[in-house]
Amino acid sequence: MQSVAVIDYGMGNLHSVERALRHEAPPGMQVLLTSDLAVIREADRLVFPGQGAAADAMRELRTMGLDRVLPELAATRPFLGMCLGQQILLDWSAENDGVDLLGVIPGRVERFPERAIDGDGRRLKIPHMGWNVVRQVQRHPLWHGLAAESWFYFVHSYRVMPEREEDIVGETDYGQPFASVIARGSMFAMQCHPEKSAADGLRLLNNFLRWDGRW
Amino acid sequence: MLARRIIPCLDVDAGRVVKGVNFVGIRDAGDPVEVARRYDQQGADEITFLDITASSDERETIVHVVQQVAEQVFIPLTVGGGIREVADIRRLLNAGADKVSINTAAVHRPELVAEAAAKVGSQCIVVAIDAKQVEDDAEYPHWEVYTHGGRRPTGIDAVAWAQKMAQLGAGEILLTSMDRDGTRIGFDLELTRAVSDAVNIPVIASGGVGELAHLVAGVVEGHADAVLAASIFHFGQHTVAEAKAAMAAAGVPVRPAREAEA
Repeated sequence: MQSVAVIDYGMGNLHSVERALRHEAPPGMQVLLTSDLAVIREADRLVFPGQGAAADAMRELRTMGLDRVLPELAATRPFLGMCLGQQILLDWSAENDGVDLLGVIPGRVERFPERAIDGDGRRLKIPHMGWNVVRQVQRHPLWHGLAAESWFYFVHSYRVMPEREEDIVGETDYGQPFASVIARGSMFAMQCHPEKSAADGLRLLNNFLRWDGRW
Repeated sequence: MLARRIIPCLDVDAGRVVKGVNFVGIRDAGDPVEVARRYDQQGADEITFLDITASSDERETIVHVVQQVAEQVFIPLTVGGGIREVADIRRLLNAGADKVSINTAAVHRPELVAEAAAKVGSQCIVVAIDAKQVEDDAEYPHWEVYTHGGRRPTGIDAVAWAQKMAQLGAGEILLTSMDRDGTRIGFDLELTRAVSDAVNIPVIASGGVGELAHLVAGVVEGHADAVLAASIFHFGQHTVAEAKAAMAAAGVPVRPAREAEA
């Protein structure tokens, strides 16, 4: 039986992600919320969500032994990172006075600049909270059925800054454009919350659950 | 560009939406799932449930409401009312709420906000502030925080309180003008602007909306990041889609409403 595992490493409430996946899962696909390494290894596809601080997340991943296996798992099956689960994939985060991350995608995670101004002259608040446009900057199978500029729900204070342009598949403007969606091989990771992004978010999850991992 | 949000607010009593929501084509407008789904279809950016259940025996019913709605509606859900401790917050988040709004309990024990933010993250913690203008000085207006649904004055300055809550880890402020609530003459724009400009977290304006222009003013003049309204969306006076159109016409960035399905 096909399965998708939502990786539970103690960072935030993952029930919304699980519920949205269940809503979109094809008949016969198992949706598992698990912290069991054996189950995670066996799953056909993985969802890596998370909310909270980078340092706490890395500590939990090390405790579970996930820090060593996640890079390989992300490279060998459809893998969807979300929010903190996206940020953890880079090399290093400025959060918590600097944290080394998994290093799957070269680049850093930095906080939005304080006192930035938006296009309409308004001061930008932190967190970046609410609905914003994800602009597709590269073709990708997970964009299937979505408009080139689609609205997604965001809540975050830090954002990824990948070194290589080829890793960026979606951008969003908050003062400056930032890389809101990154991808490489079978790994796709977004800062926003598809599980809270209404029909477009569900569409993306649906695409993920049917994706063969090729890009 | 980040959209300004429009948030319909539903009063829930013992598991049912009250104060009347009247959608054409819905047989039972008191069913929270039906109401939430309809607002989602209209393009609501979030939905807030206010649990006004007076009896503590029926407090658990809000958990079931959240569960049912979260199974079917995939936009952020906020729940407020009756939250006293971190355990209450956890219960609601586990049921499917994305945020909880804390009001009286934060005034009683401000550390609750810090504790909750540390446990579940600031993004889940909305501090609701009910504020009323102090009448002694019209030239330099200031506002006082009230609790218990606007019945008890606290002597706390609303702007300073918002700053303190942000400092303690609130992710957002839900600001209600007690002077305007229920009047339908528009938000207290001075209050909204004073609070929104004083904090670096998003502020949701609430209280007094009677027409679509009020929503626009809340954002443009009140500097609100989101606007919350109840009665104009009930009884079919306006749809969320119409509110979005009015905002867009005034140059406010909004997430467009989906094509009407009903």
